[in-house]
Amino acid sequence: MANRNGKTGLRDRIKETNDKLWSSQVVGAILRPGSPFKQGYSDSPRNRSYVVMNNVLYHLHPVKVKRHAVKLSYTLCLGGLSFFLFIHLTITGIFLMFYYTPTAELAYVNIQELSTDIAFGSLVRNMHRWGAHLMVLSVFLHMSRVFYHGAYKPPREFNWVIGVVLLFLTLLLSFSGYLLPWDQLALWAVTVGTNMAGFVPVVGDQVKFVLLADVEVSAAGLLRFYVLHVLFFPFIIVIFMSIHFWRVRKDGGISGPL
Amino acid sequence: MVDIPESLLRRSAEAKAKALGVPVEQVLAEMKGEGPAVEVPQAEIVEEAPFPDEQSRSEPPAEQVDDPVEEAPPSTEEVVEEVVAASPSSDDEAFPSAAAEVEERGPVAVEDKPEDSPTAEDHGTDNAKVAGLVSPRPSVPPTGLPDGVRTQRLLTVVKARAIQDVKPEPQDKVNTWPHLMLVEFGALLAITALLVIMAVVIHSPLLDPANFNATPNPSKAPWYFLGLQELLSYFDPQIAGVTVPTIVGIIGFMMVPFVDRNPSTRPSDRKFAILLYSIFISGAATLTILGVLFRGRGFNFSYPWKDGIFFDDLKDWVDFE
Repeated sequence: MANRNGKTGLRDRIKETNDKLWSSQVVGAILRPGSPFKQGYSDSPRNRSYVVMNNVLYHLHPVKVKRHAVKLSYTLCLGGLSFFLFIHLTITGIFLMFYYTPTAELAYVNIQELSTDIAFGSLVRNMHRWGAHLMVLSVFLHMSRVFYHGAYKPPREFNWVIGVVLLFLTLLLSFSGYLLPWDQLALWAVTVGTNMAGFVPVVGDQVKFVLLADVEVSAAGLLRFYVLHVLFFPFIIVIFMSIHFWRVRKDGGISGPL
Repeated sequence: MVDIPESLLRRSAEAKAKALGVPVEQVLAEMKGEGPAVEVPQAEIVEEAPFPDEQSRSEPPAEQVDDPVEEAPPSTEEVVEEVVAASPSSDDEAFPSAAAEVEERGPVAVEDKPEDSPTAEDHGTDNAKVAGLVSPRPSVPPTGLPDGVRTQRLLTVVKARAIQDVKPEPQDKVNTWPHLMLVEFGALLAITALLVIMAVVIHSPLLDPANFNATPNPSKAPWYFLGLQELLSYFDPQIAGVTVPTIVGIIGFMMVPFVDRNPSTRPSDRKFAILLYSIFISGAATLTILGVLFRGRGFNFSYPWKDGIFFDDLKDWVDFE
């Protein structure tokens, strides 16, 4: 440890402190065995298994996957991208919720403030909006990829059904967020959209009333769309996503024939 | 039945010829079904080799024994003991080893020879083992045969393979970390970068505050519903607004795996399914593009290069030029 002059150098001290920190009990308690951040991690098959097995990731991925399944050209990672976009939207959405009030008087003003006054407000709002459009696109492309590979065939039929529900929920999530800026674009796009729902035979008017809390788009409808957008639909879609991911593993892995 | 190797057939014929005192060629021809039947002094027994594998030892197959003395089907051990007992001149050292061999390896050839009793290893071959059975007549020696001479007959050749596959087929697998997770991490970074760039370059639209008294012209739905809005302008709202999206869009798609009973996943086997889906995709894309770009005032047809684009989602992008 000591250098030529018999004194401990700064670099050695930093290294010593660093070693002490990473081998401390606190860090040891946080990191599970096999974590690549743990002191003395070596790249062995055993540790590679531990990285997944001793980790929350084990709920998503098995320790080993078929070699052809990891080829990017097979899945194009579209399902994963849909999931990433959902996480993006959750994070940016939480940021936006701090600055947004779902009332007819304040909603538009809040969005204006977000676009002009608040630090990163414009960036985060743009990310949230384009992320939502990309998610609709990627979920649809994911479904198309699955169809062209015939990956919905037994034993994966039920996961396809869950996937269709997820696509529908994605559309509902995007559509319910559309009204929240409370500008002319939002108001009239949602008016056109909910008018389509009103054409449902027998229960059309009821469906429309449940969505809008009124016969037309109104302040009550804004609050309703807000709650549906930030709470109800995410809650439902997380449940269906959990089933979807669980079935992916139970039905034989992320891709390829069984 | 498995083809019997020539060497085994010949060895069997030699033994039989020796026992019956007839030329080897004659017996061989009869065994191959070419020549006339060799006169056998007394009918030999044994139709089936009663040597079951390890798995099926608990319930040995019923064997047909036309000897009235042996009514009950003997188990493997019993048969081996009989063979041992039926060899008066046999070496006591050799046959227990043969019995042990039977227990260890399943079907083997148990051959009964007069003087030099061999061990079972001499008769088993590497890839095939002969399941044969001697026809011992300890009490009544066959007439016309020298004392102590036994005959044998090749019954079947059983491949030395277990009935059940114990080990699963090996699969070509790689560790999830790092092979899959690095790819996913790369995808996460790429989509984040794309989002940040999009967010910096294209601004979200924010038009005038909501006004119930000023209907914009045209009023368009979000882009993913514009295909439906396009359909609504052609058909009765009850059909386009409800039947197409709910029946075809949701119920129809959920039923896809239950309607498409074709088990193959190869594209060449699923031409119709692929064609159908491609028609759906191109139809939906056409309708959406028509609704986004080619619909102007009053939702009438317009050319984007002449009348401009009426799509406020990309207002910032459109007004950029």
